[in-house]
Amino acid sequence: MKKFILKRILISVVLLFFVSLIIYTIMRCLPTSYVENQARALATRPGAKSYQEWVAQLNAAYGLDVGVLRGYFRWLAGAVRLDFGDSWYWNQPILDKFKSVIWYSFFLGLVSFTLEMLIAIPLGIAAAKKQYSMTDYTVTVVALIGISLPSFFFATILKYIFSIKLGWFDLSGTVSRMHQTMTDAQKFLDIAKHMILPVITITVVSIGGMMRYVRANMLEVLNSDYIRTARAKGLSEKRVINHHAFRNTLIPIVTLLGGSLPGLFSGAMITEQLFQIPGIGYTSYVSVMQGDIPFVMFYMVFLAVLTLLGNLIADILYAAVDPRVRVG
Amino acid sequence: MAKEKMEEKEIKPEEMQLDDAARVKVLSPGMMVAKRFFRNRLAIVGMVIIICMFLFSFLGGALSPYSESEVFYTSETMLKDYAGATAIDQYLFVVKPGEALPKDIYSKTMIAASTNKFEFTSRDGNNYRLEPLGEEVYVLYARVQTGPKPKDVEDVEIAIGSLKSFTTASADMELSYDFCKGALSALASGQESFSADGADYKMEAAGNHGALIMDASGAETAFVSDMNINPVNSGTYLSPGFKLLLIEMIEQEKDSMSVTEDDGTEATYLLQNKNGQYLVRRNQETRIIDSYAAPSPEHVFGTDGNGMDLMARLMYGGRISLLIGFVVIAIEVVIGTIIGGIAGFFGGRIDNLLMRLVDVIYCIPSLPLFLILGSIMDYYQLPAKVRIYTLCVVLAVIGWVGIARIVRGQILSLREQEFMIATEALGLSTHRRIFRHLVPNVIPQLIVFASMGLGDVILTEATLSFLGMGIKYPAASWGSIINAVNDVNVMTNYVFVWLPAGMFILLTVLAFNFIGDGLRDAFDPKMKR
Repeated sequence: MKKFILKRILISVVLLFFVSLIIYTIMRCLPTSYVENQARALATRPGAKSYQEWVAQLNAAYGLDVGVLRGYFRWLAGAVRLDFGDSWYWNQPILDKFKSVIWYSFFLGLVSFTLEMLIAIPLGIAAAKKQYSMTDYTVTVVALIGISLPSFFFATILKYIFSIKLGWFDLSGTVSRMHQTMTDAQKFLDIAKHMILPVITITVVSIGGMMRYVRANMLEVLNSDYIRTARAKGLSEKRVINHHAFRNTLIPIVTLLGGSLPGLFSGAMITEQLFQIPGIGYTSYVSVMQGDIPFVMFYMVFLAVLTLLGNLIADILYAAVDPRVRVG
Repeated sequence: MAKEKMEEKEIKPEEMQLDDAARVKVLSPGMMVAKRFFRNRLAIVGMVIIICMFLFSFLGGALSPYSESEVFYTSETMLKDYAGATAIDQYLFVVKPGEALPKDIYSKTMIAASTNKFEFTSRDGNNYRLEPLGEEVYVLYARVQTGPKPKDVEDVEIAIGSLKSFTTASADMELSYDFCKGALSALASGQESFSADGADYKMEAAGNHGALIMDASGAETAFVSDMNINPVNSGTYLSPGFKLLLIEMIEQEKDSMSVTEDDGTEATYLLQNKNGQYLVRRNQETRIIDSYAAPSPEHVFGTDGNGMDLMARLMYGGRISLLIGFVVIAIEVVIGTIIGGIAGFFGGRIDNLLMRLVDVIYCIPSLPLFLILGSIMDYYQLPAKVRIYTLCVVLAVIGWVGIARIVRGQILSLREQEFMIATEALGLSTHRRIFRHLVPNVIPQLIVFASMGLGDVILTEATLSFLGMGIKYPAASWGSIINAVNDVNVMTNYVFVWLPAGMFILLTVLAFNFIGDGLRDAFDPKMKR
């Protein structure tokens, strides 16, 4: 087991190296309009150097004056020491900015993920219990609608109904106008209230996949021999489902959940942007739009790490529950 | 011949044998799949939606009277400032050709007229003299020193000043100095006719504030008034007739008047008095872009912010969205099948290498990457067509890994089966074994994945276009139509702009998912329905 984990981790590190190299190469293709704008602004100051000189100096300061490969290794040397440099647009060390925004995204992700599980697992199992029943059809259709809903469209509809027509929530943002004058409890409730629409959006958009996954796995389990045996023994349907089937569907579900955990940190770019929630997704969106290369670079590598970590956790969990996987 | 055969069949049905193929309905596996598929109600709904979408986008686009980027205009009557009128309180000078007025002539004239001291020195040191010609009409002379003595002075006429302004009868006419002088002196002395430049003119008082001047044949030549009437927009010509009416209006203290214009249209003018300054406003027909027009028979879905017909844009947007979906999936299937097939068939080191490549691409976060590529395309200002092609390629290059994994997994398990050993025993070429015997067995999974992937691609494209990084104006896509909701005003007041496009995306993606789901069930040999 130890050897298996070690091997997986090593592969992940190698993958990460190549992924970040590719990302760095793409980032260097980004138009450096940010540097040019900055240089232009600096060059117009009284007694300043010429625009060309400023561009050269800024490029040198930002590490854009060397080739892609050398630039990458320079970046990598910093990155392994967790020094990702300063964000251009946010004007502070990337890690500081990251620390100040990540918790919005994490809690948004955590709440929606919990809701998803609470809704998707019972519904998926209910659908599988009576295949081709009305419940099954409803769950299938609802799940497919969730998968097919463009998040921006759903968020817009929610905003239109609940913010504009009913006036229950603010259109965007995390705090209301009177936030500063509130007590701590009120402040918490205020923020929570602003999170309702984003949470609904994320939950509805991503619930479909999990519902179908649970349903498919439950169906597979219900078709297996040991369930037939349990039924043949004359166990009650309740006992068959709750004790024999459910426990076995938990194996793939737990694997999936474990694999999704790192994803809680990845932020929801579109939803955060639509609701102006200053999480990591929104911050990165703004950074992309502003051409803030260091921050976007950091974010993309961060996402790659989360993906690899998710795969790693899923693999290890799977190997832990199913020893056959470990061979080979 | 055909008839004969039919008769034969009808005549001897009882001669059919027990093992006759026609007795037992035999279905090929393909037909079994089709039968199971067509029994699935959701899949049929999906098929119907997709067919409708295709008809709407491709046939509808061809039949629609409007093109995707045709801008529609509407005319609206708007109250616009048209002219201003004030009583003249400063002497206006008509200058003799070749002469120039001193800069401070206006103030000097005012002082001279009120103090009756008609000789003055301008700021630049020249001497001038005003000679009254009548009430409030003066001729301006420059006093030119001709000799050394103070008395050696000659008066040179340079201008005539009055509290009147002239309007010519047509826009391109000019009045000579002599004409103005003649008219003003006639006006001042109360005469009804004068002659200038060898022609006779008649004058006719019009109201208390003006007079019309006609030439010998009785045609209107000019209009003199003590109101200064100027159009708000320079370049607009105000005719004597209009000025006359306006003065009448002011004298009678009316608020509005209707005038039939030269081109026959009725125009209403409104008059506002602001402490002696009159403002004339006109109800003007203005041609404006018909933006955010509500749905109507001409524009079934209304128009968007640029005044383009939304129905046409939805049709052309549908073309692009569907086309991108199919092109991307086609490329993905080709790349994914080749790489997945090779990896699965050969296994070992090649498999390991190719799968690590798949892992690497799988790890690259797609949405930020697409946004970055979008802003790169923005920077180089690629035309809309090129953007579409680039988008297709990029989406496919990122998206093929899923297909490669499925193909590889399937082939890994198929490889061990007996029929593959048979192909090896037959000595078939590797190429033939992969693409004739393995890949066809993967096709069911491929079709299922592709039909669901189509929905995903359309969704991704819509999201990118919504964020302004995908398809750009003037080309339309469903996502870029919804992009209008970024303006809260549009979101609140013009639901018809964004709701249909969103529903179209939802329905199309949903339909592809229904079909994919139906196909998966239909292909599943375990399924007994």
